[in-house]
Amino acid sequence: MANAAGASRQARSSRRHSSVGDRVFDILNYIFLTLLMVVTLYPFLNTLAVSLNAASDSIKGGIHLWPRQFSGENYRFVFNEATIYNATLISVLRTVVGTAVTVFASAMVAYTISRQEYVLRKFVTIAFIITMYINGGLIPNYLLIRDLGLINSFWVYILPGIIGVFNLIIIRSFIEQLPESVIESARIDGAGDFRTFINIVFPLCLPVLATVALFTAVYQWNSWFDVFLYNSSNVKLSTLQYELQKILQNSNTTSSAETAFANSGSGSSVKVSPLSIRATMTIVAAVPMIVIYPFLQKYFVKGMTVGGVKG
Amino acid sequence: MENNTALPTSPSTSKPEPGGLKLFFKRLVSQRILVLMSVPFVIWLFVFKYVPVWGWTIAFQDYQPSLAFKDQQWVGFSHFQSLFSEDRFLIALRNTLAMSGINLVLGFVTAVSLALLLNEVRKVAFKRVVQTVSYLPHFISWVVAAGIIQTMLAPDGVVNELLKMFGVIEKGQEYLFLGKAEWFWGIFGASSVWKDVGWNTIVYLAAISAIDPAQYEAAEMDGAGRLRRMWYITLPGIKPVIVVLLIMNIGYLLESGFEPQYLLGNGMNVDYSENIDIFVLKYGLQQFNFPLATAAGMFKTVVSFILLFSANHIAKRLGQDRLF
Repeated sequence: MANAAGASRQARSSRRHSSVGDRVFDILNYIFLTLLMVVTLYPFLNTLAVSLNAASDSIKGGIHLWPRQFSGENYRFVFNEATIYNATLISVLRTVVGTAVTVFASAMVAYTISRQEYVLRKFVTIAFIITMYINGGLIPNYLLIRDLGLINSFWVYILPGIIGVFNLIIIRSFIEQLPESVIESARIDGAGDFRTFINIVFPLCLPVLATVALFTAVYQWNSWFDVFLYNSSNVKLSTLQYELQKILQNSNTTSSAETAFANSGSGSSVKVSPLSIRATMTIVAAVPMIVIYPFLQKYFVKGMTVGGVKG
Repeated sequence: MENNTALPTSPSTSKPEPGGLKLFFKRLVSQRILVLMSVPFVIWLFVFKYVPVWGWTIAFQDYQPSLAFKDQQWVGFSHFQSLFSEDRFLIALRNTLAMSGINLVLGFVTAVSLALLLNEVRKVAFKRVVQTVSYLPHFISWVVAAGIIQTMLAPDGVVNELLKMFGVIEKGQEYLFLGKAEWFWGIFGASSVWKDVGWNTIVYLAAISAIDPAQYEAAEMDGAGRLRRMWYITLPGIKPVIVVLLIMNIGYLLESGFEPQYLLGNGMNVDYSENIDIFVLKYGLQQFNFPLATAAGMFKTVVSFILLFSANHIAKRLGQDRLF
């Protein structure tokens, strides 16, 4: 609504008033913003071009936005590598499971603390809010995970982060904006709290849950530190981001991809190089989230605003 | 709002009155579904978020992993004393403050400027494209970002190529950017801006869209140009949001991040890249000095807590409540 008003205001002003200074400003503004887009996009397009270029040719350098010798060999190599294939599966699995658990649990708790009549409403809310200010820190957390027996387990990716306070607050704000009559009418029909939540509130919350799902998916997909900390000795539980991190910090940890590269190099023709593998892994690790977020832009812009400005 | 509750409002769960205790349990039983929906997660919260705070006791012990809690030897604040006489910690503290300070100032200036410029774009399609593109780096991991930054800053990377093209350096004089320790803060600041400037505009653009269009029309009648309108209407219009966000961010002064410093850091720039989080990781999990690392982590949390609480208090007094 405000956007429409802003657009009509600007349309009117452009018709009525357009001095030379204003036009110069406009042109400079467009040039600057275009440059900004170039600076943002160039690294990605460059990496993409290198990943699609034949490895033996990339070594010579000079590749910018377009592959010189087009080749799918790098991608074939990366996905034929058992470790990376497995790491991709784990990355997908933790993203799907983690997001589903977080969305459902956050929405459920948010619903309970949005019910004004709930006797434990304040207690539950404050218990969560306090954790925004205080956390045990790295060492105590590590010892807890160890004592719970979660080291070398898939669940260490899911359990510690089920509900984030920020997510809880934005879902609660959203539920509190829903008309009370919708919930009341469900009550009159005899629905209990759980059924009201599942059948009425959850579907109505889908816009804000899309935001939470995106934030959680991005967090899960991009995580590597928990793999490094808890599961680095178990290659079966490694993720794509961690494999990439190992390649980037190849100083003392030899990554699986490079070991494979060293082995494959024994033949006469060089098919892959560390440079190409690095670029290819970077693209594989970055693309899923880059593809998803533009479709959810409308939702997360709203979600950020609800959580950020209005509280 | 409370029209359907015949019971007295303000269910003070902390100290119910004698008669109220019975009432409290009666209501608790009648709301058992809500209880079942939330209390398991409070238990989860207790285990994963509150129990680790108990681990702070390690900072006051001569911690031996093999011993039970009651057999540990207590040493008071001696680990904190050695922490503050440890050079590496003081360097880490300096780096933490410097990098979060840079992030704070640079982050604000760039995000507000970009929001102002985006607001002046009249072609809606162009504006949307710029916005979508500017959000992109926010959605990649720091691992990917660090890889890209390393590639761009490498001796044969695009930054050196550009410098050669504009004649700033000759061939053979290429910089090893990440090898220059004193440049690290700048590289960190630029990288953070690249990654998050678009994302940080969201809040300011929302605040700008709430400004009354009549103000702009009135200014236009008075003959104010674009820059004047930006300076005298848009900027003052979002000033409350800027002030509150600034204050809130001061609360995170000791949270300078961990991933960019860890991933871009190396042996050559360690004196400028190592912050408290990396210090904790190194001393705790690589050298197994649990008490010292826990003390460093605890120091960070306690100072952050004080800063955040005061920031919240100031923000509330400025009339913008609930903005954590």
